[in-house]
Amino acid sequence: MNMRLVTRVTLGFAVAAPLAIGPNIEAQAAEDFIKIGEVGSTTGSEATFGVATHQGVDLAIKEINATGGIKGKKLKVILLDDQGKPEEAATATTRLITQDKVTAIIGEVASSRSLAMAPIAQQYKIPMISPSSTNPKVTEIGDYIFRVCFIDPFQGFVMARFAAENLKIKRVAILRDVKNDYSVGLAKYFTETFKKLGGDIVLDQSYSAGDIDFKSQLTAIRATKPDAIFVPGYYTEVGLIARQARSLGIKVPMMGGDGWDSPKLLQIGGKAMEGAYFSNHYSAEDKSPHVQAFIDRYRKAYKDTPSGLAAMGFDATMVLADAMKRAKSLSTSDIRAALAATKDFQGVTGRISIDQQRNAVKPAVVLKVVNGSFAYESTIRPG
Amino acid sequence: MDQFLQHVINALSLGSIYALIALGYTMVFGVLQLINFAHGEIYMLGAFTGMYTIRWLRLEEHPGIGSLIIALIAAMAASATAGFIIERLAYRPLRKSPRINLLITAVGVSLFLQYSGQLVFGSDPQFFPTGILEIEGYNWSYGDLVIEPMQIVALVLALILMFVLQYIIFRTRLGRAMRAVSFNHDFASLMGIPTNQIISATFMLGSALAGAAGVLVGLIYPKIDPLMGTMPGLKAFVAAVLGGIGNVTGAVLGAFTLGLAEEFLVGYWVPTYRDALAFGILILILLFKPSGLLGVHRAEKV
Repeated sequence: MNMRLVTRVTLGFAVAAPLAIGPNIEAQAAEDFIKIGEVGSTTGSEATFGVATHQGVDLAIKEINATGGIKGKKLKVILLDDQGKPEEAATATTRLITQDKVTAIIGEVASSRSLAMAPIAQQYKIPMISPSSTNPKVTEIGDYIFRVCFIDPFQGFVMARFAAENLKIKRVAILRDVKNDYSVGLAKYFTETFKKLGGDIVLDQSYSAGDIDFKSQLTAIRATKPDAIFVPGYYTEVGLIARQARSLGIKVPMMGGDGWDSPKLLQIGGKAMEGAYFSNHYSAEDKSPHVQAFIDRYRKAYKDTPSGLAAMGFDATMVLADAMKRAKSLSTSDIRAALAATKDFQGVTGRISIDQQRNAVKPAVVLKVVNGSFAYESTIRPG
Repeated sequence: MDQFLQHVINALSLGSIYALIALGYTMVFGVLQLINFAHGEIYMLGAFTGMYTIRWLRLEEHPGIGSLIIALIAAMAASATAGFIIERLAYRPLRKSPRINLLITAVGVSLFLQYSGQLVFGSDPQFFPTGILEIEGYNWSYGDLVIEPMQIVALVLALILMFVLQYIIFRTRLGRAMRAVSFNHDFASLMGIPTNQIISATFMLGSALAGAAGVLVGLIYPKIDPLMGTMPGLKAFVAAVLGGIGNVTGAVLGAFTLGLAEEFLVGYWVPTYRDALAFGILILILLFKPSGLLGVHRAEKV
C-alpha cells in the first residue's frame, strides 16, 4: 500500500513539474525586449487562420528586429493558441496581460474570438489590434481596440455591389453560419445593400459551425431557383457546402467573404469551388512592387504564397511597430494615441488609415476561384 | 413531392450511419449496462484509419469496390482493436465498481482519445480521399431528385453489416453467448460461458461497426477531424435510447427515426435546431417511455 502511494505521488510530481518550470524560462530573457502578445487559432477547425496570421506576424517581427528594433529595443512575440474557442481566447488574453506583461496584443482573426478578448484588453488598457476581424462590434468595445482591416458593413456592401453590378444578378439565397458573429453580421449587411440595389433575397437558411450535412438547407434553396448563393462562412464548412450544392444539381455561382481565404477551401471543396467569388483583403496577383516584394520575402521564409490573413498579420504588426516608433514613449497610452493617429500607412494590403472608430478604411478585392487557385477579379473602393 | 423524396433519401443515408454507431452503443449496454461514451471516438478512429490506409497503400490509384473493402476492413480491424484495448484497460478493472465510476471513466476515455487524436492527427480538418470510388460527379437524377451513388453505397453497406450482425447475434453460438451474458453475467458463467471473452468480443464487434461508419462518413462528407465523433456519438446514443437501449432492432429503428426527424426538421422548419432535436427527443423518451420504442420494461421485484 505504501509503495503504491509513493509511486502515485512521484508520478503526480513528475507530471506537475514541467508545468511549473515552463513559464519561468520566458521571464529571464525578457528584460530588453518589447513583448507583444499574439492570440491565434493555431489548432482547431480554423487552424490555417492562426498559422497564416502568425507567419505574417513573425516575418514582420524578424524584419523590424533586423533593422534595429524600436527605440533601441527588439520585439518579441508571445503566441498563445486559443484552439478556435472564444473562452480560450479570453483566457489567453488575460494570461498575456497579467503574467507575460505584454505591451500590446495582436489578435484575433475570428470576430467571435476578438469579441471575447477585447473587453479584457480594454479593461487593462492594453492596445489590441485585430488583423482580420471584420465584425463592427469589436472596436466598439473601447478605445484601446483597433483593427487594420475593413469592417463587415463594407464587406457586405462589396459583395452585394459585385453581385448586382458585375454579375448582374437579382435573386440570391443566403446560407449563413448562426454560430458565428462574423457570418451573421456579414449576411445582414449583404442583405441590406443588395436590397437597396434592387436585388431580392429569395431564401435565408442557416447552419451551425461543425455541421457536415447541408443537404436539407441546399434542397430548400434549390427549390427557390436563385441566381447565386451567398455563403459568408468559414472555409471548413464552405468546401463541403460547395460539394453538396453541386451534387444536388445547383449550378449557380457561390459567393462569400474573407472567411473563405485558405488553401484548405480548395482541398475540401475541390472542383465544386470553381467559379466561386469571394471578397478578401488582398490578392497575390497585385502587381504593385511592394506587394510583390512582400510575397517574395514571404515565399523565401515559408515556401508558400501568403494568404490574405498572412498579409494582414504582417500589416497589423507593421502598423503597431510604426505607432510605437511615433509614440512619445512605450507606455500603453502613448502607443494607443499613436495608433489612433495612423494615417496613410503603406501596408501590403493597401493604404491603411485608422478612422475615428478605430477601423481601417481600405478597398477590398474580389477573387474568383479559377483552376484551383484564387484569381483577382475586381477591386471595390469604399464610398 | 421531389423535395420530400430528396429529404427521405438524405434521411436514409444519415440514418444508416447513426444505426451503425448506435448498434455499438446498444450492444455494449446490453452486456455491460454501460454507456460507452468513448464510442464516438472509435468511429473517428475508423475514419482516420481509413484515410491513412488509402493514403499509404495508394488505393486512390486503383479505384473500385475492392479498394473500398480494403479500407473498410482496415478501419474495422483498427476500431475493433481499439475497442478491445479500451475495454481491457479502462472498463474491466472497474467491472465490480459502482456504475457511476464506469461512466466517468468512459467520459475520460472519450476526452483522452479526442485530445490524443488532435496531437497525433493534427486538429486541422483533413480531406478524406473520395477518389477510391470513381463516382465523383455521377449523380442519378430524376427530375429534381438527386441521389448520390455514395449515399446508396453507404446505405447498402450499412444494411449488409446490420444483417451480418443480426445473423451473428441470433444464429450463432457466439451470439447466443452474448445474449446470455447480457441477461445475467453470473448465470451465464455458471452455464460455462467465458464472460470476459464474450464481453471483449461484443466490444470488438460494436467497435468494428463504428469504424465502418467512420469510413462511410468520410466518403460522403470528405472532411474529417479528431473531434468529429462527439456529435454523431451523442446522437447515436439518443437513437439507441429511442429504440430501446439493449435492443439491437431498436437501435436500428431509433437511428432511422432520428435521421428522418432531423432531416425533416431541418428541411421544412428550423435548421439551427438540428442538434437540439436529438436531445429534445432524448428528454421526451426518458420522460414518457424510458425503455424506448421497442424496449421491454423489466420490473424488478424486490
